[in-house]
Amino acid sequence: MTEDAETIERQIARWRAFVARGKAISGPDVEELEGHLRDQIEALAGAGLTADEAFLVAVKRIGSLSALSREFAREHSERLWRQLMLEAHGSGGKSPRSEPLVVLALAVAAAAAIKVPELFGIRVVEDKPDLFARNLGFFVLPFLTAYLVWKRDLGAAGFVRLLIPFAAAALLVNLYPFQPGGHTFILAAIHLPIALWLVVGLAYVGLRWRDSAERMNFIRFSGELFIYYVLIALGGGVLSAFTVGMFEAIGFQAEGFIARWLLPCGAMGAVLIGSWLVEMKQGVIENMAPVLTRIFTPLFTLVLVVFLATMIWTSRGIDIQREVLIGFDLLLAVVLGLLLYAVSSRDPLAAPTSFDLLQLVLVVSALIADVVALAAIAARISDFGFTPNRTAALGENLVLLVNLAWSAWLYARFIQGRKPFSALERWQTMYLPVYSFWALVVVFAFPLAFAFA
Amino acid sequence: MTYIAVLGIVAQGMDINKDLVAASATPLVLAILAERDSYGYAILKRVSELSGGRLEWSDGMLYPVLHRLERLGYIAGQWQKSESGRRRKYYRITTQGKKQLAVERQQWQAVNAALRSVWSLLAAQAAPHLLPQGC
Repeated sequence: MTEDAETIERQIARWRAFVARGKAISGPDVEELEGHLRDQIEALAGAGLTADEAFLVAVKRIGSLSALSREFAREHSERLWRQLMLEAHGSGGKSPRSEPLVVLALAVAAAAAIKVPELFGIRVVEDKPDLFARNLGFFVLPFLTAYLVWKRDLGAAGFVRLLIPFAAAALLVNLYPFQPGGHTFILAAIHLPIALWLVVGLAYVGLRWRDSAERMNFIRFSGELFIYYVLIALGGGVLSAFTVGMFEAIGFQAEGFIARWLLPCGAMGAVLIGSWLVEMKQGVIENMAPVLTRIFTPLFTLVLVVFLATMIWTSRGIDIQREVLIGFDLLLAVVLGLLLYAVSSRDPLAAPTSFDLLQLVLVVSALIADVVALAAIAARISDFGFTPNRTAALGENLVLLVNLAWSAWLYARFIQGRKPFSALERWQTMYLPVYSFWALVVVFAFPLAFAFA
Repeated sequence: MTYIAVLGIVAQGMDINKDLVAASATPLVLAILAERDSYGYAILKRVSELSGGRLEWSDGMLYPVLHRLERLGYIAGQWQKSESGRRRKYYRITTQGKKQLAVERQQWQAVNAALRSVWSLLAAQAAPHLLPQGC
């Protein structure tokens, strides 16, 4: 290639990149315009212009790019709304063409799995609620893990390694002589999915569990999956309502079908479908969790600050009811969620902003409220005694308290400019296994400690 | 029918009114494609030829027009390899486009006829002795 042609190619490439930035001008449109530009350049060069001049004239004749991109936007207004293309768009990794099939097969498998006990005469929920409660995670999480193993190319050996924790947990939780409906049993049923979520996380990060950035991706994935799952569940609710209403109109009762098929199968399959959607939409559509964080961080901060101010103003203590500790656990969990998803979407290199200060106020006020509650409880812990529920709630509170306290410290240092933001990010990703380990303790150590009460 | 997408077209050279350029874009493009299938650059060249260089569009603006006509179903685009080896989007007129062209043609002829009578009246006022008797 001559030097001239090379310069032209470079100039065209730069022009193309510039045009492609217009949201309404899609890939093929850019190609079409580029073809035009090249035709024009050729014609002008043929008329005796130098390559440089030809390029300049051709670009000039295309006209103002901002006006052009406005016209394209007017003609293709739908492009301004980013659409989730479920067809192949080669974003690296696995060949996406077979992905919908794999996901669909796994979703059907998960939906079928929840009906398997029925083959042995055990009906969902009605007959053996205990069996389903303690095994709920095993009906769907191995399939989700299988999808991630496939997606991350971990191979059969990787899959088997990831199945071991599932198998071990399933074995133990089913061999434990729980009292039906006992406290330790209910605690175990609630905490087991949290513990197993770590295994899903291992699959998600492709077994590279030391990688902080990958862990952060898993946090993002979890948040988005939660939101998608809620949305799918809402849609499922609408579908159920229509099904019942329509069949009632022709004299059929559809409630039984919904309770026995649509709800359990849909709830399982939706985990796979939701995960797939989250994987597909990465980078195509803005994450929702950080958007919600932006909305609710100021509101929660306001409520907490007003709460503390009222408490100090009226010098009222916290009324220690049975539920109060769990309430504060949930508060801390929400605050942690707000912090986590603010962190997950923040540019770690950006300077501190007023939103960071707001986050710090939120975390600190939540901590103060929690410490007040803990102090009140500690004063009367001897009256209450250590029941499984209270111990679990207390443990959770401590787990969250430690995380938030250190986060507040790191945040304050960051706002002072003494520490990089990535320290906070690392702290959060490092802390992830702690939740699962605590959940494991609740599932497997509590029953032993409290004699399966 | 709207001609929104064409408003951005700027007549270069003789400075033809923007709205007029926009309104004439549809029949011109359809008529050129009725001659033979073509692609963007060649269509523009043909417009320039047909108007003797007096009707020149800012090049980029042709494409939103083509896409609008394609969306309306008047023309159909297809990517093909050109002689030079580059991929090009060739457009051809559809049956629906031909019908639309006939409609546009009638409309423009009506406008043209009206204008022509008014021009000749004006010319007659300027030089009444040239009028035939009885007018």
